Amino acid sequence: MSLALQMPAHRTWRRFTPGQRLARFAVYLAIVTAVVVSIQTIEVIPEFMLDAPEQMADLLKRMWPLAFAYYPKGVHEALVETLHIATLGTVMAVVMAFPVGLMAARNMTHSRIINTIAKLLLISSRSVNSLVWALLFVAVFGPGALAGTLAIAFRSVGFIGKLIGEAVEEANAGTIDALHATGAPWLSVLTKGYWPQIQPAFWSVVLFRWDINVRESAVLGLVGAGGIGMALDTSMNLFQWDRVAMVLVAIFAVVIVAEIAVTFIRKKIM
Amino acid sequence: MHEIARMLTAAPRVAFPPNWGVRVGWIALAAYVIYACSLLDFTWARFLVGLDNGARFIGRMFPPNFSRWEILLKGLTESVEIAVLASALGILVSLPIGLFAARNLMPFWVTWPSRMLIAVCRSFHPVIVGIVFVKALGFGALSGIAALTVASVGFIGKLFAEAIEEISLKQVEALRATGASFMNTITFGVLPQVFGRFMGFATYQLDSNLRNSTMVGIVGAGGIGGALFAAFQRFDYDFVCAMLLSIIVLIFLGEVLATQVRAIFLERSTLDAGKE
Repeated sequence: MSLALQMPAHRTWRRFTPGQRLARFAVYLAIVTAVVVSIQTIEVIPEFMLDAPEQMADLLKRMWPLAFAYYPKGVHEALVETLHIATLGTVMAVVMAFPVGLMAARNMTHSRIINTIAKLLLISSRSVNSLVWALLFVAVFGPGALAGTLAIAFRSVGFIGKLIGEAVEEANAGTIDALHATGAPWLSVLTKGYWPQIQPAFWSVVLFRWDINVRESAVLGLVGAGGIGMALDTSMNLFQWDRVAMVLVAIFAVVIVAEIAVTFIRKKIM
Repeated sequence: MHEIARMLTAAPRVAFPPNWGVRVGWIALAAYVIYACSLLDFTWARFLVGLDNGARFIGRMFPPNFSRWEILLKGLTESVEIAVLASALGILVSLPIGLFAARNLMPFWVTWPSRMLIAVCRSFHPVIVGIVFVKALGFGALSGIAALTVASVGFIGKLFAEAIEEISLKQVEALRATGASFMNTITFGVLPQVFGRFMGFATYQLDSNLRNSTMVGIVGAGGIGGALFAAFQRFDYDFVCAMLLSIIVLIFLGEVLATQVRAIFLERSTLDAGKE
């Protein structure tokens, strides 16, 4: 029998199995349903939409020209404070994230209970928005940069800790076994075995988080946690839109500079 | 023989020589931390006072008070609706913008403005964008949707553009060779290559929008944030606790859902299964 006879005359090629197609279809259906239901039930006041162009034009007119005179008086110091909040918050987060991250790594800590507790800590840190952390710390420590720094630190612990834990879990076991075989103590295994392996991931995570933190620390002032958000809040409450515009431009400039700096450092150390 | 003799007489090699550059780096970091702490007025006394406050604060938060569950539920529903609509709109808008920003398919006079737009969208926190939209569109969910749409365009647009820049151009070339139109090249040559990753970004953004939609209410842009902030200012801490717990549960559910959806669309799991 020749091979050609065994082949069916026509065969339909499909990229995905029926199960995959069904799952994908279910997702699409769920998306469409969610969007339709949301559009139907959400409370939107149509009158507000009608005068939106006028309001926008009014806003832009009030924003222009920028209040450059306000920069040395009220913006510069707040901007520097924002950068300190972001940086100090990241440093604090790293200090807290290291032990928790190591506890969450299964090849480092051989205890399911400790792993789970550490993972829970990391998840709860990430689930609370930095603005909520800021509200909590403002209630505890009063308004000011301390609350902001702690908010940034507590929000970042989950992020940095999770990624440190994952990097440690991916570390090559050969090096670690070799160090253990020489009788190296626990700390030496950590600093000479794991650290060189997780270092690239670590620096990239820290830089990435710092970049995010610069953006986030700019809003914390809205709830009283220090930084440039305070200047923004004051100007906004007084409807001084030219000052608001000045603050927004300052935030934009700092964020762009931070991103360029992070990209540059990453290229250098990778 | 000389080799061995020299090795025996030479000073013992240090396995891990001290790296002075790194040490100076640590010292500089420590100096910065001390300087910044003094600048921001962090003192031990303040910390102790805070701990005292904190204990009272936590005492007033528990037990959480769910008696005003109607306000809670209304706020949460509005937050979810804002997140869903903002993600849908954001995806629709970022598809063309991401495509225009891909440097391997578009000339520079198209990519440059698209990239600028994405950079502006990414630079501001959704809550700040919310302030501007509350002025333009008034208080309420609409401003929240607009603010989160801007954030979604910034995030998905950037990653989508990067994903398109990494595709294999062979398929695109093959399609062009058959005389396919521009839209056909995009639909059959580009999209299939990036679709799985795109769904990944989209679910990630939905997750992130859900988190932020609970916050934009702080500036009056709808969702549960408004009620949360108001309760904070009234020192109504047991209700705050109830809202925070519900938000955490909601976000956790969102994360689980996003992981499920990503698993469905992650093609590597099926394609690479044979290789490993």
